[in-house]
Amino acid sequence: MSNIFSKIYASVLVTAVYAMKNYPTMVISSLLTPFSLLIFVILISKGALLDIAIIGAILSTMISSGIVLQIDLSHLKNDFKMQDMIVSSPTSAFIYIFGMSISELVYNLPTFAILISLAVFFVHIPLVPILTIILVMCMSFAFSTSLGFLISTFSSDMMQSWTFSGILTILLTTISPIYYPITYIPLPFRYVAYLSPTTYAAEIAQNALGSLKLPLSTLIINWIVLIALSAIILVIAIKKNRWREK
Amino acid sequence: MQELIECKNISKTYGKKPALKNVSFSLPLRGVFALIGRNGAGKTTLIKILSTLLEPTSGTAEIGKINIVKNPAEIRKSIAVLSQEAKAVNWLTPRQQIFIYLLYRGMGINEAKMKTEEVIKTFKIGKNADIVNSRLSGGIKRKVLIAMVISTGSKILFLDEPTIGLDPIAREELWYILRRLKKTHFIFLTTHYLNEAEALADNIGIFDEGRLVQIGTLQELRKNINYQYSIYVQESRISLKSLKRYGKVVKGIDNKLQLLVDQKNADLLSKRFIQQKIRFSINPISLEDIFYYFTKKQILEESYE
Ligand SMILES: Nc1ncnc2c1ncn2[C@@H]1O[C@H](COP(=O)(O)OP(=O)(O)O)[C@@H](O)[C@H]1O
Ligand SMILES: [Mg+2]
Repeated sequence: MSNIFSKIYASVLVTAVYAMKNYPTMVISSLLTPFSLLIFVILISKGALLDIAIIGAILSTMISSGIVLQIDLSHLKNDFKMQDMIVSSPTSAFIYIFGMSISELVYNLPTFAILISLAVFFVHIPLVPILTIILVMCMSFAFSTSLGFLISTFSSDMMQSWTFSGILTILLTTISPIYYPITYIPLPFRYVAYLSPTTYAAEIAQNALGSLKLPLSTLIINWIVLIALSAIILVIAIKKNRWREK
Repeated sequence: MQELIECKNISKTYGKKPALKNVSFSLPLRGVFALIGRNGAGKTTLIKILSTLLEPTSGTAEIGKINIVKNPAEIRKSIAVLSQEAKAVNWLTPRQQIFIYLLYRGMGINEAKMKTEEVIKTFKIGKNADIVNSRLSGGIKRKVLIAMVISTGSKILFLDEPTIGLDPIAREELWYILRRLKKTHFIFLTTHYLNEAEALADNIGIFDEGRLVQIGTLQELRKNINYQYSIYVQESRISLKSLKRYGKVVKGIDNKLQLLVDQKNADLLSKRFIQQKIRFSINPISLEDIFYYFTKKQILEESYE
């Protein structure tokens, strides 16, 4: 257990700090996706969806972290063989992935700083819903990063990795109503949204915001689905990843 | 007691394709072991297995009594590996690259910083240390990776074709560093450059199609083949047939023949060539000759067959 902090710090340096230091324009590109969608939704709804969209943008950034993580990990693994050098080092898969996940958050710090300031200004809710929302975000983050890691260990080149990332993006951020209430989706298509684990997280968050009124039973089911899925993916990621090749 | 690296009947099949067949050997954990073999012989596969990156299909190995299959975490504390296809991360500078790797190895921040500066000096990469890798030449990047692996201070190093892409001077510089290290380290390296193995290795292994066909010091390998001299002749008057009874003809291109002979025939042939005024050269057998001999690869033009 030698120096866990060093190992986590190393990951944060590789994909966040050094990347942004050596290529400052990355800071701007990290802001583009969440804000373009945020502005779009706010304009279309004439401000009515302001609070949902701000919370949605934070949630979506958390979830995208897993997708970006998958790409970063595949890149380091396949193109630079850096993962090989780490597998044969005294750094465990868990510490490496944990560090890499944190680094995705660090990479998004500018985004979070702006979004959270916006939230403080425009979203006014009591403490319990705030905590609920934070919890949902953490769960979603854990879920998407475990999934991203699991998938990255199966990719052997960047083409595969980009394909996986396309599928994940559709599954986790396109078909789920993150920036708006699910009731905006016409009925038969609404069921499609429930294929995405993110939908359950978004519903809980929107319920906490007060813009969606879920019956208690639905709320409980949503939590169960979210927790169960995260746990399953986490277990699979730990058991079935190809950290040491077979 | 001398610590050992012991390989016990390691086999590996990818799908149905065998890559390693019953590889066994035992060596002291000291000095340089050079593994030579053609592309696809299985060198990388063996390094991956020994460095705990890949599980063997069957068989096992111990490094200093620690089992690589059962106890990889323990092994990883004392080894460092340069993978054959490892590349310097594009968006990092050499200084950053070495530093983060040392952090992953579990060093504290100050120690990692110190070791980074130290190795930058040893490898003379200071001039390029703060330029992003994507703008550096291939040779420098390779050097950075080697420096990075050596800076860990691990006493057991696996270097898979470390000098590929290095210019001759950079290669000599690395040899110099490795020669110093080998007094206190065990360095397992693979190479295509037979002169590299000759220059560095205490023990040499010859790999052919997944099998370890020879292992030993250069002297021991020499003993294992029945010929002591290599003769080159370039002469259209000489036929392959007339030479075959003296020894083994291994190469024949553009009237240039190489044959391996024992002491007695070396004397006979030299005399014959001198009498006939045929130009020739004679040398003690080299690693290259031994390599061709054991991998049964002969380079003969059809006209000589
Ligand atoms: N991941 C893999 N999947 C399938 N076959 C592989 C894989 N890696 C290596 N091989 C095969 O195993 C054999 C040995 O390869 P390798 O160990 O890389 O040889 P070397 O390093 O001596 O060039 C080759 O025939 C190669 O094609
Ligand atoms: Mg190889």
